[in-house]
Amino acid sequence: MTSVADVSEVNLVDETRVSPVVRRSKVDRAYRAVATLSGSIVFVVMALIGGFLLYRGIDALRISGWGFITESQWAPDMGGAFGIAAVLPYTISIALVALFLAVPISVATALFITEYAPRRLRRFLTATIDLLAAVPSLIYGLWGLFYLQPRLITLSKWLADNLGFIPFFEVNEDFGTSLGVFPSSTFVAGVIVSLMVIPICTSVMREVFGQAPPGEREGAMALGGTRWGVVRDVVLPFGRGGIIGGSMLGLGRALGETIAVTLIISPSFDAKWSIVEQGSNSIAALIALKFSESTETGISALMAAGLALFVITLIVNTAASSVVNRSRSGSATEI
Amino acid sequence: MTNLQITTPIPTVASSTAVLADDTRGAAGLTANNVACWFGAKKVLEGVSLDMAPGQVTALIGPSGCGKSTFLRTLNRMHELVPGATLGGEILINGVDIYRGAIPVTDVRRRIGMVFQKPNPFPAMTVAENVVSGLKLSGMKVTKSERDDLIESCLSKAGLWNEVKNRLGDPGRALSGGQQQRLCIARSLAVSPQVLLMDEPCSALDPTSTRRIEQTISEISESVTIVIVTHNMQQAQRVSDRCAFFLAAENEPGRIIEEGPTKDIFTNPRDSRTEDYVNGRFG
Amino acid sequence: MALTLRRRRNVTEAVADEKIRIRSVESIDVTVMIGSAIASFALSQLLYETFLPLSGALGYVVVWYVLFLAVSWIAVRELRGNVRAKDHLARVVVWSGASMAIVPLILIVLYVVGKGYHALRPQFFAEDQRYVGALSDATEGGGAHAIIGTIQQVGIASLIAVPLGITTAVYLNEVKGRLAKPLRTVVDAMSAVPSIVAGLFIYAAWILALGNQQTGLAGSLALSVLFLPTVTRTAEVVLRLVPGGLREASLALGGTEWRTTSRVVLPTSRSGLVTAVILGVARVIGETAPLILTVGGAFIMNWNPLSGKQDSLPFFVFRLIRFPQESQIARAWTGALVLMILVLVLFVVARAIGGRGPDHIGRFKKWRLQRKGLA
Repeated sequence: MTSVADVSEVNLVDETRVSPVVRRSKVDRAYRAVATLSGSIVFVVMALIGGFLLYRGIDALRISGWGFITESQWAPDMGGAFGIAAVLPYTISIALVALFLAVPISVATALFITEYAPRRLRRFLTATIDLLAAVPSLIYGLWGLFYLQPRLITLSKWLADNLGFIPFFEVNEDFGTSLGVFPSSTFVAGVIVSLMVIPICTSVMREVFGQAPPGEREGAMALGGTRWGVVRDVVLPFGRGGIIGGSMLGLGRALGETIAVTLIISPSFDAKWSIVEQGSNSIAALIALKFSESTETGISALMAAGLALFVITLIVNTAASSVVNRSRSGSATEI
Repeated sequence: MTNLQITTPIPTVASSTAVLADDTRGAAGLTANNVACWFGAKKVLEGVSLDMAPGQVTALIGPSGCGKSTFLRTLNRMHELVPGATLGGEILINGVDIYRGAIPVTDVRRRIGMVFQKPNPFPAMTVAENVVSGLKLSGMKVTKSERDDLIESCLSKAGLWNEVKNRLGDPGRALSGGQQQRLCIARSLAVSPQVLLMDEPCSALDPTSTRRIEQTISEISESVTIVIVTHNMQQAQRVSDRCAFFLAAENEPGRIIEEGPTKDIFTNPRDSRTEDYVNGRFG
Repeated sequence: MALTLRRRRNVTEAVADEKIRIRSVESIDVTVMIGSAIASFALSQLLYETFLPLSGALGYVVVWYVLFLAVSWIAVRELRGNVRAKDHLARVVVWSGASMAIVPLILIVLYVVGKGYHALRPQFFAEDQRYVGALSDATEGGGAHAIIGTIQQVGIASLIAVPLGITTAVYLNEVKGRLAKPLRTVVDAMSAVPSIVAGLFIYAAWILALGNQQTGLAGSLALSVLFLPTVTRTAEVVLRLVPGGLREASLALGGTEWRTTSRVVLPTSRSGLVTAVILGVARVIGETAPLILTVGGAFIMNWNPLSGKQDSLPFFVFRLIRFPQESQIARAWTGALVLMILVLVLFVVARAIGGRGPDHIGRFKKWRLQRKGLA
């Protein structure tokens, strides 16, 4: 005989929610304690770092006041004014030149790996891109300085001679356009930095393109589309978040690049529109070049600049993550 | 002489396992009394009372989404691992509450084992290591020869010994799907559980493996109480002694509509909904 | 009628087992490409110096490329229509873009090897610079002091960052305590620290404020600041990849949390963790910026990372490359070559290990298991 549940039956056992008793063994408690300790150490150390930078940086800002944003020169040690009004624009322009070159190349490379390359080569190509990311920036800087720069400045000269009406390629009339005007410029630095940015952008974009839904791909092909049709109508729209996010991540990388920029540029503290003329700067290079000759005040000033760079990079990276996460392709991709 | 009337809360289901001393060896009886489950604020099970007698095979049947698997997971305290999951009522093994602290939770899980829908052998271990992994994980110590015997006996009970006796050193995931699931069954048996919960163990498997696993169920059911969730009604009829039919109306928590001996549920159900389900009119 | 019958018979006699080979590129496409290449080459010869204000090899290649695009596009459009022409153009652009990413790697490797191998003698690994003067030949002396410095600094940084990072990742992903959410935010934030700022922090806090000297230890601390967030994040990703079903299975067997983590989760993710650590080391080895401020640089061997200035391979390269003497520059290139080889080796090892899944049972483990009778 089966019994049918009868709701009218008196239920004497209370339906109040149970709190399951979890008594952890000693070993488990110790394990959790060690893990928590480790997490706390990391938390405290990182908070300390941020706090210290903030503290010293604010010291300097107290001296400079708002001039930090408006002043172009950098002379904190002699009681002079100091500010990032020249260094910051230079940093950004190097990064933008780098992105201008890196983003299209990265999109093409990522598309190549996911759409156009023979399937068997895919792992090898991905490994190659990862290898590009692993090469130290010092090596890129050396190669850029000794091999690429002499060849690039002929291009700079061509740009100045033929497209000089555009402010970016203008050269100060007093200097003329002999080749000696063009090394150590924003343009050269930007090209070298783009080489370092390409692997980062490509990795993100490749992961995103690879997740384009096969159903949509097949739909496009079933309509008689060519490979470009599939790319244009399925992969690229789907991967838009990855393109933007990857580019922003690359921007973060470009802003913080130190060694290659330090090797190439000759420091200038007068912001200018021209990217091909010699003289450039970046916050990272400023710190690298100035720290050894700086007093207490100077170090604080450099910290303020470093903090500015850190904050900008942080904002860019966070925005990049959220763009990728929010896009269609997002959640499975790790930035 | 006064008649002492001891008033204790009477379980709503007459428990045939009224064992006052909890025996930790051999097949045990599980009793659920008025169990309710919530995920956050959403109530997914209500008023579930069921007696799972020792040495018997109890099948939980019903359409998807009625809370059968959720109920199964309350039986070995896996439900509480989900963040925000809570429950009410009581669950007893041989008469002892598993939730209110008399038995450590790791012991509860060792005594009430579980086989999952998707086979999950440990990838970093060989076949042999997988079988005895439960011993290491629950802290049971055995001698080397005991361990070798255990490997052979558990794999034999799971119907896998002949197929893997020369492959004991292969990684656990090198086996086929059906073999992996039988490996998981052997693994669960190695810790000598008193109850074995099975959550649709054959749903991802081919008919041959399914048949072999059903054979295993009937072979071990005397020494291990079995509670099996299954979508396959023919399977329920083949393996189980008793069945409980779960159903959730729209926007309502799941409930047991009817339960009883398998034969009766399928040939002579009392509730019309049960009759509709077992005759395939929905589900 | 008779004709049709005859044809049908031939078809059925065809060997049914012969597989159809699908070609992605048809011969006519190849012809079009070659033809366009030749035609655009000829055109660019014509146009180059006569009509355009360009000079040099680079300009020539650019002109040829642009003309190739135009000519081949027109050719394909005539042969196959507009849609296929666009497809062809896209294909060429994508191939070009990808080669612009990959070709520099080849150029860089060749260049560094070319510049560096002259002074690459065994003594580079054994000697330091103490006897090297301005007039010494590039093969005299070596970079042993820099290599030892790098090994020590990266070693100490790893000793700090790896255990702390992995344990923190376990806290974030397995223990999931109350601190987890803010901790994750902080770790993500710290991974955005520019490398020079890490060096500046150690310089100002450890060296200036606490009064320590520039030492190998200071350098390793700066490297740890960069290494720690990287290890934590990548280790967390690796742990997250372990399927939840394995943890459930372990708990269902009566396992405690610690045993589940130590006997199931960590062994399953072992190859992923090792790969993450090796790749992190490869990245940290090449970091120059933080070392500029903290390590001091030296010309003689300093075995003690705790006192006295030390050198480091990237810093060695960075300093020597600016010397006027050719010999110093040559030594710097050799150092760069050694650095590059080191990174390459680590990278290859990491990928080899990472390619193995958790199922891989190495020789040592197999021996251990056979002794226990479990294999």
